[in-house]
Order: sequence, then C-alpha cells, then structure tokens
Amino acid sequence: MERIVLPQIPNLNQLEIYLDNGGFESAKKAFARTSDEIIDEVKKSGLRGRGGAAFSAGLKWSFMPKTTDKPKYLCLNGDESEPGSFKDRQIFEDNPFQLIEGAIITCYAIGANVAFLYIRGEYHKWIKLMQKAVDEAYARGFLGEKMKETFGIDFSCDLFIHKGAGAYICGEESSLMNSIEGLRGYPRVKPPFPAQRGLWGCPTTINNVETITNVPAIIKNGWEWYSKIGAPKHPGTILFGISGHVNKPGVYEYPTGILLTELIYDVAGGVPGNKRIKCVIPGGSSMPPLRGDQLEGIRMDAESLKEAGSAIGTGGVIVMDEDTILLKVLIRIAHFYHHESCGQCTPCREGTGWMKKILHRIDEGHGTSKDLDLLVSVANNIEGNTVCAFGEAAAWPVKFMIMSFRDEFEKYVKKDVSIPVPNKVHSMRGTAVPLADLLK
Amino acid sequence: MSFKFTEENITRIAQARKKYPTALAAVMDTIYIAQEQNGYISNEVMEEIAIVLGIDKVNVLSVVTFYTMYNTKPMGRYHIQVCTNVSCMLRGAYEIWDGVKEKLELDHMQVSQDSKFSLEEVECMGACGYAPMIAVNEDYFENLNKEKVFEILDSLK
Ligand SMILES: Cc1cc2nc3c(=O)[nH]c(=O)nc-3n(C[C@H](O)[C@H](O)[C@H](O)COP(=O)(O)O)c2cc1C
Ligand code: SF4
Ligand code: FES
Repeated sequence: MERIVLPQIPNLNQLEIYLDNGGFESAKKAFARTSDEIIDEVKKSGLRGRGGAAFSAGLKWSFMPKTTDKPKYLCLNGDESEPGSFKDRQIFEDNPFQLIEGAIITCYAIGANVAFLYIRGEYHKWIKLMQKAVDEAYARGFLGEKMKETFGIDFSCDLFIHKGAGAYICGEESSLMNSIEGLRGYPRVKPPFPAQRGLWGCPTTINNVETITNVPAIIKNGWEWYSKIGAPKHPGTILFGISGHVNKPGVYEYPTGILLTELIYDVAGGVPGNKRIKCVIPGGSSMPPLRGDQLEGIRMDAESLKEAGSAIGTGGVIVMDEDTILLKVLIRIAHFYHHESCGQCTPCREGTGWMKKILHRIDEGHGTSKDLDLLVSVANNIEGNTVCAFGEAAAWPVKFMIMSFRDEFEKYVKKDVSIPVPNKVHSMRGTAVPLADLLK
Repeated sequence: MSFKFTEENITRIAQARKKYPTALAAVMDTIYIAQEQNGYISNEVMEEIAIVLGIDKVNVLSVVTFYTMYNTKPMGRYHIQVCTNVSCMLRGAYEIWDGVKEKLELDHMQVSQDSKFSLEEVECMGACGYAPMIAVNEDYFENLNKEKVFEILDSLK
C-alpha cells in the first residue's frame, strides 16, 4: 500500500532527500496552472478535512473571495489537542517539507500571501523541528520573496509558526484565529465565516495539517488517482492514531474505509491478554463511542461511521478492553471538557460542570437510574445551544456513552428512585425544582 | 523590583513582531520569552511586555490568565507534567500520578520547598499512542510505568 502523507522513505525530513524524491515538483506543476484549476483539482479529488468535520477541502477554498482589496490568509491547524489524537506531530517530525509544499500550493490556490502554522505549545520539540524545516525552505527559496526566482513566477508567500500555550479550545478554527491575533482563545459567532471575515477581518481558510500534507500528492498524481484510493465518498488515506488497550499502539497510515477490526487486530496487534473489547472511540474523545460487540463490519470513513452512529473525527482510535470501567473513563472525559470550556456560553460552561458532578455522585455510590436520564438531558441541553462545536464535543461522549452502554451504567446506579417534584403543575409554570436541589 | 528584557530578548521580540500585522499578535511569543527569562509572569513583567509592544496591559493580563502554559507564580526547576487523560489512563496513568504525588509529596500545581520540583496533572499531550507519558519541562518521556518514572525523577539533579 502506498502511503501519501508519511511515505516510507528514510530521512524524508531532510530537504535533500525530499528533493531527491520529487520534492517541490508539485508546487512547480501547480504554479504553471491557474489558481482556479488547482481548487478544481482538489475539489474533484474528494479530499476532505482531517481535523474533525471531514469537510471538502476544495469546496472550502472556493469560498474565498476572488476579488478583495484585503490580504488573505491561510491557517494550518496543528493544535492537535483532542484526546486520542497524536498524528500531526508525526508529520512535523517525518515529513515537514510536504506540509510546507502543501501550504504554498494552497496559498497560491486561495490567493494568500501569508500562512500561519498553529502548533500547540506543549509540542516544543516539534515546533523546533518544524521551524528548522521552515528556515531551510526559506534559505533555499521555497518560501518568501525568493520563491519568485525559484519558481519563476509572480507569486510568493510567507509561513510563520504560531505557538499555542495550552488551550484545547484553540483548535476550534475561530478560537485559533483569535489566538493568533493575540487575544484569549474565545470562539467567534458564525456567520460571518472565516472565508468572509477571518484573521484581522480578512478572508481566511483554515485547514488541518494532515489535510494540507495531502495536497502535493494530489497535484502530482491528479484528482482521479486520489479519488480511487479508499472509500469513494471519503477518499485517500488517513493517519490513524491507535491508543489504549492494543498491543502495538501508534500512528498508521491506511486508506479510508479500512475495517475497524482490521485496524485493531491486524495493524495494532490486537488486545493485550486476548481480552474482548468493551468500547472503542473511533475518532478522538469527543466522538460517540462504539460498543465492542458491534464492531464487525464497521469501516473507517466518514459515511460508514456516521451510519454506525459515530464519526471519523481526527481518526484517533481509543480501544478499551472488557475490564475497563466506563464510568471512570466518562468521568475523565467529562473532567476534560469541563476544564477546557472557554466559559463564554452558559450551557457549555455550566452543563459540563453539572455532568461532571452527577458522574462523580454516581461514582460515590449515590447515583440513581434517574441520574442517567438527567445526564442525557443535560447533554441535550448543551448540544446546539452554544457558540461553537465544543458544545457537541462535550455533550456527545456523555450522551452516547450512556445511551449505548445503558446496561453497564445501570450497574453503577441504584434502581429505585424518588426524586421530589413537589408540584407538577407548578413546574410546568417554570418553577421547576432547580437542578441544584435535585442534586443534593 | 522592576523587570527589563535583555538586549538579546528585545531582538527576539522584534523578530516575533515582524510575523504579524499588529503588535498585539506578538503578545504570546513575547510572554514566552519573558517566562523564559524570568521564570514566571509577574505584574511587573506584564507591564514591561505592554510597554515593549506598545499595547494595553489588560491585553497582556487577559492572555496570561487564559492559557495554561503561562505561569503567574514561580514553578520548580523541574516542572513535572503527568497526563491522566483517557489513553494514558487506560495504560496506568493514575498509578503514575498517585506514585509521583506521594514520592514528591506534592499535589497538582504545588512547588517543593527547595523549588526543585513542581507538579501538574495535565490534559492530553498528544502522546496517546506512547502512553503513559510524562513531560519534564519541555521534554516528553513516553511508554512509561511507575518504576521508569521514578528512575527519571531520581536522575534529575
Ligand atoms: C473544540 C474543537 C476543537 C478542535 N480542535 C482541532 C484541532 O486540534 N486540530 C484541527 O485540525 N481541527 C480542530 N478542530 C476543527 C477545526 O475547527 C476546523 O474544522 C479544522 O481545523 C478545519 O480543517 P479541515 O477542514 O482540514 O479538517 C476543532 C474543532 C472544535 C469544535
Ligand atoms: S461552546 Fe463552550 S467552548 Fe465553545 S464558545 Fe461556548 S463556552 Fe466556549
Ligand atoms: S491521553 Fe495522555 S497523551 Fe493523549
């Protein structure tokens, strides 16, 4: 199987080796064509975002205004903070120049002269590796003013690294832009969308690092080639990060549409002690979990996972064996989202706190069956009522973990319940027992 | 005691400033540089950052308090970060966390008397496939168990 994002070429992270293997030839090819042709090529290839939402990359680029007197920007999202995701760092480490080449092609396609590569602050080592690659690319005329000479074109672009400082929310695209502008990482209300008003109010495109690293290969081999790899509606390869209870955790590049069971058993070496699987989260901690007894036949692409009741997310697969206490896992996940909520919207800020409290109460042995319903209801009240999709990210794991594993969660709670609701009629008039009282 | 950036750091800040169309955007880089020089971000440091960039101090303050990697008090020479998020947890991170707490006699965000160690329970560090992991200052240590973590701690002078 051919790998696109992380080819099996030793020392590809050295510029000479990258050049020996056709490096920056795609950029040359791209610059000989019009920007519209490039956007069209990527659109037809079917490339979809690898940052979570699997949105068509070419389509996103086409939203950028053609005529504007403002500068345009590209943001490369390397925030990589979703628990279970650890793939972008592999690109920084092993194939930084393909990312840079993808960035300059994308800049050319959307008409941007500046790209910001946002890398999470904890990745000190990978920021240094990436900076080294960027410096080399500048020195050799693959970035900056010298590009005009290198490629013999009237186009150039800069690439700057912006170092995050520990905030999961900054992976959300509008929060990321605020962070680059030097503000708190508060997400912005949409619309306007980034292509209309992004960085400093200018048209901006945001793509995940892995998405952009695919671009040179698409330009090199053409859209038809790319569209035939993997699942037809979600083509290409994905860097699957497999973690948790498997014998060989790590990052593996495989075509989309690979069987989840094949990934777990053949690629990642199965479960230690040959234990059975209780639960798999297929795309980073905010995606709905799958039951271990229902994994057969599930394929790893956006459409198939949607059908199975989950989503591809970042491709971060977390495997949990039969001895895992899901309540503990869910408490940890709820803790994370409570901790990371930026606090702008009440449902998210308060709801994540409530979910955590209720789960702790269950863990202390004071939970009832009604609490499980309450959790689902709190989650439902967050979902769809917030500024950004963090609301869903926080609500989904709780809601779907409980819905899919109700049998297991019932074991953690008492059956009999008597929650005092003094007067039904009153509660209908909006004097319902405050949530706080119910939880006492 | 007032804080002043070193000559070298003033140059680095000017360099960072060039990446952006506004001075405000260079604030995150500048806070990092200040933290490197001073160890943590005090009131005086924030004032100096504001002056050097020509921005409002309140803008510096809001950024310093929003992000977890900026310290507003001195940390230990070795800042130990233990990830306990899901992937690490599934592979024994809490055993490590409890072990380290006990060994260093510190809890989350505490600093030892001699300022040698500080401890933090962190969220996912992007090392889930090499779990469990800890970070010491800027360096990751992966595929650990409690014994290996203790070895690392003992090796820190
Ligand atoms: C709470 C939250 C966190 C996110 N974190 C990341 C992240 O760390 N990296 C990333 O690429 N996308 C992240 N995203 C998705 C981005 O908002 C955006 O959709 C993505 O970067 C677009 O790139 P793509 O179309 O190439 O996938 C996050 C979204 C949300 C709501
Ligand atoms: S949903 Fe949560 S993270 Fe997103 S803006 Fe609202 S409070 Fe902030
Ligand atoms: S869960 Fe610990 S590094 Fe991701």
